[in-house]
Amino acid sequence: MIARRARPISPIVWLAAPMIAALVLSFVLALPLRIEGLALPEPVFALVPAFAWAIVRPSILPPLALFALGVALDLLWGGPLGLWETCLLAAYTLVFVSRRMLSGQEFWALWGAYAVACGGAMAVGFVLTALRAGHAPGLVGVGLQFAVTVALYPFAWKLVERYEAADTRY
Amino acid sequence: MSLRDGPLGEIKPPLVWLAAGALIIGILAALALFALGGARTGPFGDARRAADGLIAPAGGVLAMPVRVAAGGAGVIQDYFFAGSQNRELRGDLAAALSWRDEALTLRQENARLRALLGVRTEPPLPMVAAETVLDARGPFSNSRLANAGSVEGVTEGNPVLSEHGLVGRIVGVGAHVSRIMLLSDVDSRTPVMIARTNGRAILTGDGGSEPELAYLRTHDALQVGDRVLTSGDGGVVPRGLPVGAATKGLDGTWRVALDSDAEPIDFVRVLLFKDFVQVASPTELTPSQMPNTATDAPETPAPASVPLAAKANPTKPPPPGTARP
Repeated sequence: MIARRARPISPIVWLAAPMIAALVLSFVLALPLRIEGLALPEPVFALVPAFAWAIVRPSILPPLALFALGVALDLLWGGPLGLWETCLLAAYTLVFVSRRMLSGQEFWALWGAYAVACGGAMAVGFVLTALRAGHAPGLVGVGLQFAVTVALYPFAWKLVERYEAADTRY
Repeated sequence: MSLRDGPLGEIKPPLVWLAAGALIIGILAALALFALGGARTGPFGDARRAADGLIAPAGGVLAMPVRVAAGGAGVIQDYFFAGSQNRELRGDLAAALSWRDEALTLRQENARLRALLGVRTEPPLPMVAAETVLDARGPFSNSRLANAGSVEGVTEGNPVLSEHGLVGRIVGVGAHVSRIMLLSDVDSRTPVMIARTNGRAILTGDGGSEPELAYLRTHDALQVGDRVLTSGDGGVVPRGLPVGAATKGLDGTWRVALDSDAEPIDFVRVLLFKDFVQVASPTELTPSQMPNTATDAPETPAPASVPLAAKANPTKPPPPGTARP
């Protein structure tokens, strides 16, 4: 039986596609709609690729892509520039430095790691906002956004599962 | 000679090092951007306006089908629940009629007292109606995009109202789009007063749905349900705009359940309010309208604060050294 070599996967597939998907979903959930009087949740979709890219492959492109995603989120949500760039890169850094430990872990263990990465990003956002505004953001709001973002883990797992063993190049 | 042909060409740093280098550069760039562009009205205002100008039309188009669907669902719901709604509305109407009688009596009494005291009423403020097309509700920024901008006369700082109460104020303006910073935003500070006690406070947003009443100064104890209005202190917003009702937060602090949170903020009114000189009606403050009492003072135009003081207390003489035209 002839061993088939994995086909190299273009960065457009494993970097650009999740990036665009995260942006579009963030945009859709930012529409001013209410269902039965309740506003739509506002998870940080960009934390999904931030987690998955760090596990899939160390590369110089994900930090650049996360920076661009952060700028887009700041402009979309009207927040101060530099906030989400720093938060996303903080989450990426947490996963990047523990990549060897996390690589190959099972579903639930990675969910825990994803929650820690999300928590790190939210903590950085909390500190930067408190420093800038001179007033700490409410922990309830931070906790809610953290919870709905952690619930997005299955998307991150799909990305990791799909591209971890693939021949991703840049 | 290319770099690859030189002595450095043989050096092949591990991929992890390159990735770590890119990561460090990215973090430094992000922090630098935060230091430079952290303030919302900073040096990147043009970029923000351009982005808002792109985002707003897309948001309007995407929101339209859902709005139409929600309107259709509302019609169906009204059809099926017409009986119970009718009963509720009859009750509301009975209550409203008694309020109407009381309001008419108070209006007449108010007009009589105003005439008696010689108080000048404030002229109505012009306003612009707009539709909100995007809504950011995260803990670090609470803002909305409205489809009215500088072409419609909107400027930074204009207060924004929904049909129920104050929503926030304008922090960025494009040609046909403006960014509203909501009262719940962590940067929002609004001077308010308690209607029952006339006590003052600063409504301070923290990213949650109920902003905090900070620096509360009131002689009487605050009660849950006390009405909260804008105080007009500092000239940021006009006095008396409805804000919400006082409530006790989970952390024991006094907060405000915002009136504007009662219903979806689909449509807003942007008050074209800049400062109190506008409220003071400039036509009444022209030099020819002022009494010419000082004959030895030089002919210099009075500062804006003088007419305002004169309006607030027309019989009070000007302070020594103040020039009067």
